[in-house]
Amino acid sequence: MTTIPVQYYLVVAAALFCIGLAISITKRHFIGMLLGIELMLNAVNINLVAFGRHDPERLSGQLFALFVIVVAAAEVTVALAIILRVYGRFKTVDPDKVNELKQ
Amino acid sequence: MEAIIFYVFSALTLAAGLFILFSRNLIYGAFALFVAFLGVAALYVLAGADFLAVSQIMIYVGGILVLLIFGIMLTQKKEKSDDSTRHNRVEVAITRKIWGFVAGAGLFGLLVKVILSSDFRMAGEEMSTKSTIKTIGVELMTSHLLPFEIAAILLLVALIGAAYLALNRNPTA
Repeated sequence: MTTIPVQYYLVVAAALFCIGLAISITKRHFIGMLLGIELMLNAVNINLVAFGRHDPERLSGQLFALFVIVVAAAEVTVALAIILRVYGRFKTVDPDKVNELKQ
Repeated sequence: MEAIIFYVFSALTLAAGLFILFSRNLIYGAFALFVAFLGVAALYVLAGADFLAVSQIMIYVGGILVLLIFGIMLTQKKEKSDDSTRHNRVEVAITRKIWGFVAGAGLFGLLVKVILSSDFRMAGEEMSTKSTIKTIGVELMTSHLLPFEIAAILLLVALIGAAYLALNRNPTA
């Protein structure tokens, strides 16, 4: 069984991370920014899994990736609740237009 | 054979990411994110993380993506209105795109340079083909018990906090 070198995974994860970064900078929508953040978290998970491949006894990398997934789920729920509140108050989802704490 | 599958799924994931970056409609972006998550799950399988791939599909595709699509649809609004007294909106905010591409491409160049110049010496031996579920379960219940419990409390707090935040406090409005 031929195995893929760890550098290949790292390059793919780096590309995915940078795409996520560009998405979260360029999108003019709160949920678009969230999509970018999710892609970045996934890219980090690929790195952790790729290195965790060489630790078959303890699997620290995969466990860390599992906790990252859990934290991402918690983050998305709270972020969506905040976005819905902001939308209800400001009637917009453009981050440039939401610049006041109290309207 | 494995290399070909790796390339195919990597290309699929990156193409889905680029589609999100260039698509103007966020709903299409969310469906492209679905493809990207499935591609990442396939990369997990190729790296020997079978349990993590299944969790990825269940949590991300089944949970987070559905939440995101709900959020997009609940905050969708019409761009055009018939109100003729409304100010015309001229889109000149091109600097944000330029900065996004500069940051993304610059960071990618830097990361690739670092990765290609690094020389990793792996201490442990390569993973065998056995399933990882038993190891993950034992590790979660022994040496990673405290983070496990903290993650449980975090999820509970996030659940209650999200429900409280999204509560409609003013039903007449």
